[in-house]
Amino acid sequence: MLTFLVFFPVVGAILIMTLRREDERYAKVMALCVTGTLLVVSLVLFGLFDRGQEGLQFTEHFRWIREQDAGFDIQYFLGVDGLSLTMVILTTFLFTVAVLISWNVEKRPNEYFAWMLALMTGVMGVFLAQDLIFFFLFWEVELLPMYFLISIWGSGRKEYSAMKFLLFTIAGSALMLAGFLLLAFSAEPSTFDMVALRQADLSNVVLPLPAIFFLIFIGFAVKLPIFPLHTWLPDAHTDAPTAVSVILAGVLLKMGGYGILRIPISIMPDTAQDYAVWLASIAAASILYGAFMTLRQTDLKRLIAYSSVSHMGYVLLGIAALGHVGMTGATLQMFSHGVITGLLFVMVGMIYDRTHTRDINELSGLAHHMPIIATGMILAGLASLGLPAMSGFVAELMVFLGAADRFAAPTIIGVVGILLSAGYVLWMVRRVMFGPKDPRWAELPDATSWWEQIPMAAMLAVIIAVGIYPARLVDVIEQGILPLAARLL
Amino acid sequence: MVSAGLVLLADLVLRDKHRGWLPAVALSGLGAAVIWTVTLILRDREAVAFGGTYSLDTFSIYFKFLFIGVAGLVILASADYVKKLEHQGEFWALLMLATSGMMLLAGARDLILIFVALELTSICQYALAAFVRDGKASEAGLKYILLGAIASAVTLYGMAFLFGISGTTKLVAVDGGTSIASLVLEGDPGTRAALVAGAVLLAAGLSFKVALVPFQMWVPDVYEGAATPVAAFLSVGSKAAGFAVILRVFYQGFGFGPESFISSDWSNMFAAVAAISMTVGNVMALVQTDIRRLLGYSSIAQAGNIAIGVAAVAAGATTGASGVTFFLATYAFTNLGAFFAILAISQRIGSYRIKDYAGMARRAPILAAVLAFCFVSLTGLPPTAGFVAKIYVFNAAVQSDLAWLVIVGVLNSAISAYYYLRVVRHMYLAEPEDESSFSPTPMLAIALGVTALGVLVVGLVPTPLIDAAQRAVEAL
Repeated sequence: MLTFLVFFPVVGAILIMTLRREDERYAKVMALCVTGTLLVVSLVLFGLFDRGQEGLQFTEHFRWIREQDAGFDIQYFLGVDGLSLTMVILTTFLFTVAVLISWNVEKRPNEYFAWMLALMTGVMGVFLAQDLIFFFLFWEVELLPMYFLISIWGSGRKEYSAMKFLLFTIAGSALMLAGFLLLAFSAEPSTFDMVALRQADLSNVVLPLPAIFFLIFIGFAVKLPIFPLHTWLPDAHTDAPTAVSVILAGVLLKMGGYGILRIPISIMPDTAQDYAVWLASIAAASILYGAFMTLRQTDLKRLIAYSSVSHMGYVLLGIAALGHVGMTGATLQMFSHGVITGLLFVMVGMIYDRTHTRDINELSGLAHHMPIIATGMILAGLASLGLPAMSGFVAELMVFLGAADRFAAPTIIGVVGILLSAGYVLWMVRRVMFGPKDPRWAELPDATSWWEQIPMAAMLAVIIAVGIYPARLVDVIEQGILPLAARLL
Repeated sequence: MVSAGLVLLADLVLRDKHRGWLPAVALSGLGAAVIWTVTLILRDREAVAFGGTYSLDTFSIYFKFLFIGVAGLVILASADYVKKLEHQGEFWALLMLATSGMMLLAGARDLILIFVALELTSICQYALAAFVRDGKASEAGLKYILLGAIASAVTLYGMAFLFGISGTTKLVAVDGGTSIASLVLEGDPGTRAALVAGAVLLAAGLSFKVALVPFQMWVPDVYEGAATPVAAFLSVGSKAAGFAVILRVFYQGFGFGPESFISSDWSNMFAAVAAISMTVGNVMALVQTDIRRLLGYSSIAQAGNIAIGVAAVAAGATTGASGVTFFLATYAFTNLGAFFAILAISQRIGSYRIKDYAGMARRAPILAAVLAFCFVSLTGLPPTAGFVAKIYVFNAAVQSDLAWLVIVGVLNSAISAYYYLRVVRHMYLAEPEDESSFSPTPMLAIALGVTALGVLVVGLVPTPLIDAAQRAVEAL
């Protein structure tokens, strides 16, 4: 089942590539079938998932290289726990949304949807792989499709942005790979199996453990992204096509947070304890820097991009608390930020499609002409600033609860960050949606097509459902977090 | 035992009568060498000849098969290319002679024999490099000869040092008499300086063969100037032969691990050279516009990767050495595949400039796919042989406490990804100037198929080859 989740997208991608030029209008239908199927499968997985049972479920093993042959052990090992499952659901959901809002892509649609599905395989693999080598492999698989999606279908300085994204990630992942290799080769037994590594004897590691911890951490910090490694993100988000921005903000950044929880924290809990203060300080710096930068943006997409830097700071803050409340909150924040920011990008994409500008100074009074888009944008904005009864509130509250008794100062900075986010969101909404009517936008249509309305409605429904009744999701997340938190005591 | 050499000399006699049959004759010569080696293995696993100077052990057998495979593939790939040249006979004869020199090298356990075999191989390679009659090839050949002659002199100088202190040219003695290995085992501090000097000089001379910095200058020029099949042969054959001798001399002669009192000296030397070679090769490759020069610099970087395995001896285990042998085999498949694809493409489009490879995925999808796949393997990403080889030597380095070398290696892989993928991106994304499509000649297609399949199969099921590589180094 998990293998299906990982490789079905790439099968779909190959099928789409074999379509003839004349049949390219079917590409999106095929892509939707693939992502839709995967969404259903992942929901079935969610239903079948046993919340009471500890550890990985639905595991699949295939031993590839054995220790007695080569001196180390690599296996194809997929498995899902509460943490992975949350991310898998987020992935299938947002990819379905991304395919829908790409319905009007006219330029080389076959390749566009094929790359999109190839990207999905990489992301799924990252969330499901339980072996460091395969984790790394899927981590790299994700790069190329993303590069092409930005550099071919993007706008503005798209090639520059795509290359910047690629170089940052490759540099980060090289450090990460070095960390993986040093860790796995010098552990006793020598294995890349993440589960076995948690029990392995790390006393003979060739470098000091903190050094390995931070080698791996930097790889993930680039992705998350954490100030000062974030500079690729505003460029990539701004120049990517809408659906790709949704995926980038919604899913790809989460790979960083997921990776931090799954690898350095799980395998080296003692080192994590020793350096928790550092992580919390970096998180606080990210929150504050991101929020201030957001305040001065005039491009809608850049604004959301910087707000992501700030919001991902909360994820790191929750993780740094190293308690089960904080880490659950961090995971929930990843899920919730994925949907909320996804929705914000969808709305900005719709505005840009119609007005062909993202400059806040140019836009005004849109609420008069496009009530549906305005509603979506305002609700997404409110969710983003952490309004109660929406998912962002629950997640951020849990992060603060988890972090408060351990790190007072970073938590207070975090709360200040929330105030700033209220500032930039409301200010942006006021300038874009309200204010004097602009005759230039008077004739523009609202969001009327089904492929615009369905994703909007679905995303809002998820945001509100999780906000009102988070328990169903939190239970699942805790299944993954509790064993981790127990090891951190 | 010197089997191959004799069989292959027959080529010279046959050459003028039926030119078309020459590749076939050469191939059958290789086939005979395979059969001969196999029967020898079946009869007696550990044979020694010429007073202990030449041995047929698992190590030399492994390399024999490697060289035969490389020569066979190069013959297949160059059959059509060579038809256009004058003096075809000499081409084949030189190729076969170089191959037999390499096979002799793999089994040589005596400094004199090593030097003779090294020269036999080198002189044939000099001639091959200058085989095409144009300015570039002559320049490349001349550069190669001059630098090669200096390298040979340095090697010989190192050997003289060793002979001077030990009074023997044997690396190991069969009958327990004096040899370089026994001298190292004695660990007399008085001999240390001379041993280290000999080791350094030998390493310098051999570094020339395998294209390690600072003896790498000839590589890009020769790859660019020589005929492409020759460049393919040099890139793989010369490197494998050089590393075979390095393993033989350093592991068997100078000893490794705690028993040898100069082990850490030469290990540190190779570690430093590995780090510098990887960095220099990769950084220089970033700015190349000619695909052969790009492969030249990449070959320097790969030599650095292989040298990591040579350096990884601190633990006294042969993990590093088996990493080297394994890496060489995977590198042979990968680099030959890349060169053959380039040969097929560039012969047709008449250009080796990377920008002329634009849109190749549409013009020659199979060739582009093989080239891309080989580049993925050279970068060291799964599911290819190059990936397994890279993490295998990295593992050896970690076991020998060379963590810093692994970090340098991984960062270098990231740099290399940039220039390899740049070519791939060009082939797949750029618009072709000319839409005409083409496919390789049948012989070349077979050679390409074998290499690509090798890269894939070893990438997916590496265990048999790892086993073979480990058995090979047991003989050291």
